Amino acid sequence: MTDFTYSVDADGVATITWDTVGKSMNVMNQQGFLDLEVHIDTALADDAVKGVIITSGKEGSFAGGMDLNIIAKMKESEGDNPAKGLFEGVMGMHAILRKIERAGMDPKTLKGGKPIVAALPGTALGIGLEIPLACHRIIAADNQKAKIGLPEIMVGIFPGAGGTMRLTRKLGAMGASPLLLEGKLNDPMKAKAAGVVDEVVPADQLLERAKEWVLNAKDADIVKPWDAKGYKMPGGAPYHPAGFMTFVGASAMVHGKTMGVYPAAKSLLSAVYEGSMVPFDTALKIEARWFTNVLMNPSSSAMIRSLFINKEALEKGANRPAVADEKVSKVGVIGAGMMGAGIALVSALAGIKVVLIDAKQEAADKGKAYTTAYMDKGIARKKATEEKKEVVLSLINATTDYSALKGCDLIVEAVFEDIGVKAEVTKKIEEIVGEDTIFATNTSTLPITDLAKASKRPEQFIGIHFFSPVDKMLLVEIIKGKATGDRAVAKALDFVRQIRKTPIVVNDARFFYANRCIIPYINEGIRLVTEGVAPALIENAAKMVGMPLGPLQLTDETSIDLGVKIAKATKAAMGADYPNDTVDEVLFWMADAGRLGRKANAGFFAYDDKGKRTGLWEGLGEKYSLSDTQPDLTEVQHRLLFAQVLEAVRALEEGVLMDIREGDVGAILGWGFAPWSGGPFSWLDMIGAPRAVEICESLTASHGERFTAPKLLHDMAAKNESFYERFGANQKAA
Amino acid sequence: MSEAYIYDAVRSPRGKGRKDGSLHEVTSVSLSAQILNAIKDRNNLDTTSIEDVIWGNVTQVGEQGGCLARSAVLASDFDEQVPGLAINRFCASGMEAVNLAANQIKGGAGQAYVAGGVEMMGRVPMGSDGAAIAVDPSLAMKTYFVPQGISADIIATEYGFSRDDADALAVQSQNRADVAWKDHRFDKSIVTIKDQNGLKILDHDEYMRPGTDMQTLGALNPAFQAMGEVMPGFDKVALLKYPHLEKIKHIHHAGNSSGIVDGSAAVLIGSKEFGEAHGLKPRARIRATAKIGTDPTIMLTGPVPVTEKILRDHGMAISDIDLFEVNEAFASVVLRFMQAFDVDQSKVNVNGGAIAMGHPLGATGAIIIGTLLDEMERSDKEIGLATLCIASGMGAATIIERV
Repeated sequence: MTDFTYSVDADGVATITWDTVGKSMNVMNQQGFLDLEVHIDTALADDAVKGVIITSGKEGSFAGGMDLNIIAKMKESEGDNPAKGLFEGVMGMHAILRKIERAGMDPKTLKGGKPIVAALPGTALGIGLEIPLACHRIIAADNQKAKIGLPEIMVGIFPGAGGTMRLTRKLGAMGASPLLLEGKLNDPMKAKAAGVVDEVVPADQLLERAKEWVLNAKDADIVKPWDAKGYKMPGGAPYHPAGFMTFVGASAMVHGKTMGVYPAAKSLLSAVYEGSMVPFDTALKIEARWFTNVLMNPSSSAMIRSLFINKEALEKGANRPAVADEKVSKVGVIGAGMMGAGIALVSALAGIKVVLIDAKQEAADKGKAYTTAYMDKGIARKKATEEKKEVVLSLINATTDYSALKGCDLIVEAVFEDIGVKAEVTKKIEEIVGEDTIFATNTSTLPITDLAKASKRPEQFIGIHFFSPVDKMLLVEIIKGKATGDRAVAKALDFVRQIRKTPIVVNDARFFYANRCIIPYINEGIRLVTEGVAPALIENAAKMVGMPLGPLQLTDETSIDLGVKIAKATKAAMGADYPNDTVDEVLFWMADAGRLGRKANAGFFAYDDKGKRTGLWEGLGEKYSLSDTQPDLTEVQHRLLFAQVLEAVRALEEGVLMDIREGDVGAILGWGFAPWSGGPFSWLDMIGAPRAVEICESLTASHGERFTAPKLLHDMAAKNESFYERFGANQKAA
Repeated sequence: MSEAYIYDAVRSPRGKGRKDGSLHEVTSVSLSAQILNAIKDRNNLDTTSIEDVIWGNVTQVGEQGGCLARSAVLASDFDEQVPGLAINRFCASGMEAVNLAANQIKGGAGQAYVAGGVEMMGRVPMGSDGAAIAVDPSLAMKTYFVPQGISADIIATEYGFSRDDADALAVQSQNRADVAWKDHRFDKSIVTIKDQNGLKILDHDEYMRPGTDMQTLGALNPAFQAMGEVMPGFDKVALLKYPHLEKIKHIHHAGNSSGIVDGSAAVLIGSKEFGEAHGLKPRARIRATAKIGTDPTIMLTGPVPVTEKILRDHGMAISDIDLFEVNEAFASVVLRFMQAFDVDQSKVNVNGGAIAMGHPLGATGAIIIGTLLDEMERSDKEIGLATLCIASGMGAATIIERV
């Protein structure tokens, strides 16, 4: 079975049509490359063929990218030398694309080649753009929904099938940088404006126009600038006066932005620099060497595994119980505060009917107004239309009338975090809704099993923990109470899938998974302050290990009174077991002084009148004066990371977490845990259990029992086992 | 082992390194040749006795490329038997030329050398020779590369120097240079640069701004703030290397950083026997030399470790040094030197420095050795130390002692 078909029309124009079997969008695999090459060879060898159109059999798209499993296959192809397998595999791709680009022309006279045009019906991503870039012209259909670009950097690699070299030579280093370094995607018109595609035509004229171009192309039209004599890189190569500044600046920007922890951007830039000073074929070899280097970096494998393969697996229901479809058609959202309003919005966007309830009509209306504002913003940014806004708003019924909940197959309760209030709401609603209705509570702190006690149908009671702001955060944590049944889990998962978020399913325990791990991170940061460690070092150390926010800034963002509230509640719940800690002192002191964080324009940081951070608050240094000896960067980073990852391991050990893939994906999407690492478990695998235990022992000796390695980690260290070996047998690294 | 002595030192006046600078019309080769001729003529040299001309120069492209040292020798009145060696250790090139010559003599490789350097910064712009450390992403990121101005500001932040500290040092540099010129303290070394008809082109350091005060300097904007904080954001790179700092304080500007100028200098170095054979009287002994590599990000702190090294290697103490020349690449470099060794400002750059008079990169190292020697003779001091910070994180030092 082949994904590519070949035909030649009466005018001698060959068409190679890409149509991956069983997929809605084309995906390139190893066989696909071989098939493509056969057709190119046939066209070039056949004197009757004047030129070639490469297009797609899928409506609205050319190709979605590469099947990333191809990487693992290449690694395995040379036995114990994965780098060789990768390098040769990549050079093999280069050879095929280069064959397209040279199209049989005499390499000296640059004459006699056959024009090859890429005709894109729509979306062209990754290899789906790298193949067109090797063609002599790219014509795209005027399809506004199409996305064209090279998003590889988002999963920790870079375009390695010539896309990096071709795009920088086509657009210059400056022009190519948003596309390569940020993975910026464009619609066809913007892609043309950026110089990525050459021509945009109405969809129904795509093939006609491609054919016309092929039949009229002259020898000079099919010679790439970089293959022609006297080629100069737009904007200047590195040692050209203009290019010099671009390259100096590019290194600094990439370094500053990636904090030095993402190998892909750095390797990409090195490939561009080194490749820009040599002829094109040598440049491709350089690109292949750096691409191999990135693929050999454990960070890239871990990022691909978590952010691409496993994220998708979880979204597609990897942990869904085998029960019938539980798609939600009508959801009742109780409480129209910030969370409820957000849940109503994302539900309505997914086409689900929403009943948004609050005690007062104006509160319910205010909750619905959140959706109005969201849609208006979308319209202003040309991402939505008035019609779409009307449709979305019409789905939300904001009311105080509980009887409107009749017919809801899912309730998401998002009222005040108080077990009594929630119990009352639960009882009241269960009287109204049908017996099949699944009742979900959106809580971040209260145990689901306790809340379920108010329910007549605890097997239909479940926790769905949304993160704030709901419309931006990608993760949803689904919590099973002791009695929660499979149908409730399936309902929650199907709902999360409808609203296009990524779910993890965990068992009930204090703070569930995400908050359980993030709170120790914040606490460790504050504890460092009390020890006299420079606050700047704490914040920078966190960011330099890939955390999006330092612990102090994160506390300011989430507010200090929330910290106080959690500390008090935890203390009440734990009683004598509650650790006596200096951290609470800091929180209470700050809260008493009214420094409640960003919302108060005062916290660990100082803010100006407009709410912009101006720097660390000087009062902090006055109370906790700097210690004469400052710890080294690595120690601070170890403390901040181990505070989180040990909680993740404990969550796994205690059965709160049931799947390490969820532990990794949830950590990155839930609280931004160092994405370069692939997540806490991937990171521990990277450093190895024996080393992790060693670090724990050293941290415990200097900083206390909280760093004691869990038994599980000790066991794994003894066997020199990795988490993915032990728990993820079917979840191979890319 | 022989000793190496300084027999003479000369320098050109420093012209503004701009299109309207007085030396802008003079080629690098011509300026170099005039300096070589001056040292030949003043000492009545038989140039066949010179083993080599070692010429420091940083931007070795265009007219400064192609082994400028040999070109300068051939353009001068030196015998063609004298070869030429062009060397580059960035800002210390001129000092490295002197040190290399001295150590060749000490090691017995020849009796006499002319060592010095040239930089025509207005004609061959700084950086126009490229530099992988700034451009090659692998190296730039490995070394946390930032431009020198950012490095100077890191020094100020890390060691606690304020804008006022830096400006005060700059004002003093201007005042001291002004006094030194008025007092004819540079007369001994300055060579008037002339055209092919013997007409004067320049006979004084024209970059100076006598009368500069705190107020004038206060009006200047920090020169490296935008590139640090905005585009492309070098401060972020600096903080990756210095994570205990919250932000970089940008205190340097055109008025408290070294001036961009054209200039050249040469030193005649020989063994005892060379002097005796040619009837020349040694002015000083080159007692010690040193060079060192250091953190390339903060880059310009080299004078401290290289001074520690030179003192340690030669069994000396900082108190043994009577007079210092610490190149005023940026004010914070000198401030840091004085802070690290607790040296009084009355002993450092007493006749002003590169902030007032300019810093012709390849020549400065030789210039400050000559300036140090002239002042040691004038104020009757015994031992002097000259040192420079160097791009990419290096330092060089020379200790001279009057005989």
